[in-house]
Amino acid sequence: MNEQLDELYRDIIMDHYRNPRGKRKLDKIDIRNEGKNPVCGDEIEMQVELEDDKVKDIHVGCMGCAISVSSGSILAEMVKGKSLSEVKKIAETVKALLRGEPVPDGVDVGDLEVLEGIKQFPVRVKCALLSWTTLVDALESHEKGKDVTLSTTE
Amino acid sequence: MDTITTSKKEHKQLDPMILRDDFPILNRKINGKDLIYLDNAATTQKPWSVIESLRRYYEYQNANVHRGLHTLAEEATSAFENTREKVAQFIGGVKTEEIIYTRGTTEAINLVAYSWGRKNIKEGDRIVLTEMEHHANLVPWIVLAKETGAELRYIPIDVDGMLQMDNLDQIIAPDTKLVSVTHMSNVLGTINPVKELAERAHAQGALMLVDGAQSVPHLQVNVKDIDADFYAFSAHKMLGPTGVGILYGKEEILENMEPFNYGGEMISEVRFDHADWNSLPWKFEAGTPNIADAVAFAPALDYLNDLGMEAVREHEKEITAYALRRLSELKYLRVFGPTDVKHRGGAVSFIDREIHPHDLATFLDSRGIAVRAGHHCAQPLAKRLGVVSTARASFYIYNTMEEVDKLVEALKEARRYFCNE
Repeated sequence: MNEQLDELYRDIIMDHYRNPRGKRKLDKIDIRNEGKNPVCGDEIEMQVELEDDKVKDIHVGCMGCAISVSSGSILAEMVKGKSLSEVKKIAETVKALLRGEPVPDGVDVGDLEVLEGIKQFPVRVKCALLSWTTLVDALESHEKGKDVTLSTTE
Repeated sequence: MDTITTSKKEHKQLDPMILRDDFPILNRKINGKDLIYLDNAATTQKPWSVIESLRRYYEYQNANVHRGLHTLAEEATSAFENTREKVAQFIGGVKTEEIIYTRGTTEAINLVAYSWGRKNIKEGDRIVLTEMEHHANLVPWIVLAKETGAELRYIPIDVDGMLQMDNLDQIIAPDTKLVSVTHMSNVLGTINPVKELAERAHAQGALMLVDGAQSVPHLQVNVKDIDADFYAFSAHKMLGPTGVGILYGKEEILENMEPFNYGGEMISEVRFDHADWNSLPWKFEAGTPNIADAVAFAPALDYLNDLGMEAVREHEKEITAYALRRLSELKYLRVFGPTDVKHRGGAVSFIDREIHPHDLATFLDSRGIAVRAGHHCAQPLAKRLGVVSTARASFYIYNTMEEVDKLVEALKEARRYFCNE
């Protein structure tokens, strides 16, 4: 009875949900963005500190379901020390996993693998994507010298 | 308000266990479990008679209405108009000229905002709504107010989710042109005193529109007794097919309104440079209507008439009272809306303080239980309640106390699953 459910809420996801990484707010903030899925009510506040165009530190403050919180937590764990193009590639990997498509070469999937179970729950895919879209939007806008204030996956 | 009297008058009892046989979908298994359908405020399931009627219409009667001179066209027209008569009777015995077919409650309200609103609402006029409105009775007025420079005012709710009626004179002030209020909240279940509000509106020369999407399926509604100028509701929330809504409007008001859509059916005479409008109700029904679904709405009304709306309401009060009592045993839940079932219907919204409503809904689904999670198309209300989304169980005639028990057990199980309890 719990098999499909356990695929969605794997232990690692529940661990990230209960103890989300990246909770600490940053003192030095280079980029800031918010992610909102108004229909769900999921909300993310994101702060990024850069060093040599790489993510030095990140704060992910997420109010939402287990899927969006844990995905944001996995993000916080994975993107430190990564450049924009590397972050983009990881985000592409997340999308591919969620859609059941082959993942791009050269990405260490790591904890991301646990997101795979979500593909059986199509309405929850946007929950898992919110933090990634919020970060990619923020980094891209920063690169182009533009401001971004809000991202969504709905 | 609740129209049920507490006299000793006998009324029919409704037995959900017997009714369930009439609803084929209730035999479905969801994730290996018996379906427990608790999303009736979104849409209800359909009895065999409605499903059969749809099939029969296409098998035997299908033709366009009001135009043809052949047998099928006459039969289709007569079936289509027969539903209109039943609807007119169902809401208190009004004229068929006052019953307009729409796609649903949303379109019915948009029709009023467009045809009546754009002619009658001017800068500085006031439109009064409440804090518990569905987006369908919110967005059309927000847009109209933006276009015209009219002002929107909201009757606030109290902690129990009832309207605060004490400061009404300030809100329904002399500039008010329209008061538009839900009869029953789709989030809180609250039954609003629409009769009293209509009186207050009329005292200021304003019209009264009632959003009856949640009330007509669950209460005996008499639009004449309420003295509503407009009353809107949907077939699919009361056993009928999707895609059919009803706008009731007082004849003299509808007469003075311009059409909503232009084209065939709504005209009496067309020249190259001029057109005259058809009489009521067809003036508002341009184009080929949703004939099959309107025809299949009739057996839904018959079904409810056979049960008796008093019995429908009684069953709902019983199951809602039971659900409120059982849910209140779970201390980690916050349950919204009035606690006394006299003032509410069977839409029960709640949150678990630790589990997000979407996780809860996914978990309940794994147990075969269908509930809604989200803001229920009432974002300003959610904000007012201090939440972004809630879970909602909403009951109808075929729901049983055992299903409530299963919901409660599943909510306890969710705690063990998500919170290691």
